[in-house]
Amino acid sequence: MEQFYGYFLYGLSLLTFGGIYSILTLGLNIQWGFSGLFNAGIAGFFAIGAYVSAILTTAPSARHLGGYDMPIGVGMLVAMIVTAAIAWGVSRICIRLRSDYLAIATLGIAEIFRLILKNEVWATNGARGVSYVPKPFENITEPWNQISMTLLVLGTVIVLYFLLERARTSPWGRLMSAIREDEDAALAAGKDVERLRIQAFVVGGAIMGLGGAMMAHYLKFIDPQAADPLTATFLVWVMLIVGGSANNKGAILGAFLMWTVWSATEILTSRLPDALAIRTAYVRVFLIGLVLQIVLQKYPGGILPERRLRAASGKQPQNPE
Amino acid sequence: MMDFLSFYLIPGIVLGSIYALGAIGVSLTFGILRFANFAHGEIMTLGAYVTLTLIQLTGWHPVVLLPAAMVVVSIVTLGVDRYFYKPFRTSPVIIVVIASFGMMLMIRSVTQFVWGVQLQAFVPGVQRPLIFFEALRISPRHMIIVGCALVLMAVEHWLLTYTMIGKAMRAMSDSPELARLTGINTEMVIKATWIVGASAATAAGVFLAYDSHVDTMMGFQILLPVFAATILGGIGRPYGAMAGGLVIGLAEELSAYPWIGSEPLLSPGYKAGVAFAIMVAMLIWRPSGLFRGRVF
Repeated sequence: MEQFYGYFLYGLSLLTFGGIYSILTLGLNIQWGFSGLFNAGIAGFFAIGAYVSAILTTAPSARHLGGYDMPIGVGMLVAMIVTAAIAWGVSRICIRLRSDYLAIATLGIAEIFRLILKNEVWATNGARGVSYVPKPFENITEPWNQISMTLLVLGTVIVLYFLLERARTSPWGRLMSAIREDEDAALAAGKDVERLRIQAFVVGGAIMGLGGAMMAHYLKFIDPQAADPLTATFLVWVMLIVGGSANNKGAILGAFLMWTVWSATEILTSRLPDALAIRTAYVRVFLIGLVLQIVLQKYPGGILPERRLRAASGKQPQNPE
Repeated sequence: MMDFLSFYLIPGIVLGSIYALGAIGVSLTFGILRFANFAHGEIMTLGAYVTLTLIQLTGWHPVVLLPAAMVVVSIVTLGVDRYFYKPFRTSPVIIVVIASFGMMLMIRSVTQFVWGVQLQAFVPGVQRPLIFFEALRISPRHMIIVGCALVLMAVEHWLLTYTMIGKAMRAMSDSPELARLTGINTEMVIKATWIVGASAATAAGVFLAYDSHVDTMMGFQILLPVFAATILGGIGRPYGAMAGGLVIGLAEELSAYPWIGSEPLLSPGYKAGVAFAIMVAMLIWRPSGLFRGRVF
């Protein structure tokens, strides 16, 4: 019974982490999947959301700015607003850049954010991070608090999914994929390409900020390590590509699948003797990278490829490639 | 004044030479294969670790072992290209960028697996700087690094200007279609590009490690300044990359000099930010770089 309960709690944590990563992957899907914007700085937006919400909601502390002891909902909302504002600033500067340049620029911006979080000790407590971040439903008894947290995350994913599906099938969403496929044609049709791209970047950024805030509250702790490009940026990219870019269901599926693989391999490697366990941790990263390469080469559409909207004639438009 | 020379200007030149060597490879692959190779930093790291192993085996000086390390790293790079980049030659560019992003982590995890993550040094102990004119301190290591970097850049120049393959590389960077029409074997040129880029990257990694230590994150940490140097110099312009490297290296080191008052102008923690700021400014106002490179 005891063991069964352990499995149950582990299942809940899988669902919660998978849900939080789904939020991040959905955010990336708006930027990359629908709009073709290569954001290599997911970690930066994630960290900003996490820190903003953490600092706003913790009890006053001498180690960092604030805390302001605000309700968690307010923290998450402000986290989204702040990340959106920063994403707007970033996109104003770099949205016109071609994809590689945008990738370099966003990667750089994420690194700058990480430097700020690490160096501005008065505000962020530097490398030691912000602790005692409140967790939703903390006061309820043992299994129910975890269950409620998981349901909160999953509920957020479902709400986001319906909103984004709505956006995808709306004229706005169709216009976004038009810009992604042929920018010049969209320009010729009189569309304000730059403004639409900024919108996509900002919405995606705000969603990543929400994901970051959720992670901070779930873990009750946040430090600059969270802005590590490996877990925050790369894993999310792999999730989206494996699941299927430009498909919201694919994004969610990819997030849960890859998180399960990532977490299960961690359990496997942690059973090994210590000296070996540290080394095999790197094998996991290698394997995840290999999965990405195989999917890119053999199944470029991912598990659930993009489903094209029906054209007016009732025929499925053919992919030009 | 002497402090300025010893502690800011000379380290700036050393760092700049290292960035320049790294930027040569990025600039060539960007110009010829048309994509920003995110795995380039990891190639530098790999070069440093291969050299470390060779040092442990033979006990020779890192500079002597550099050519051997270049060969090993070039072979690895050619293998990576064959299996991970070549399948995407005709795909949209961005797919290769994602593949290189994945490659970055794969190469890094291999180095971490094989060599571990502890800091290691080529030559243990601190080397005393030589003192000139009673106050100007230059470490012999720094002289070796800058000297070797200059030699390598001269070789690079000779290669691009006077050899057949070098001319073919420049032709392909200018116009791949025309190059193919004139009968240039493009796959051959791509191979040459990887070898030249990987060799320069190995040198950059080895010099960086020789100046401080070997660390699995070292390549990633200088990737951004190297990209900045490439863009500053103009993509597809190897000479521009060299100049860009020097400018970025100097700008990073000089930003910590107490220009106003006695405090550093910019906290050293933000050094990496300097390169990035220069890069963004260039991308916005002059994306072709200082030397009129290409904008893709």
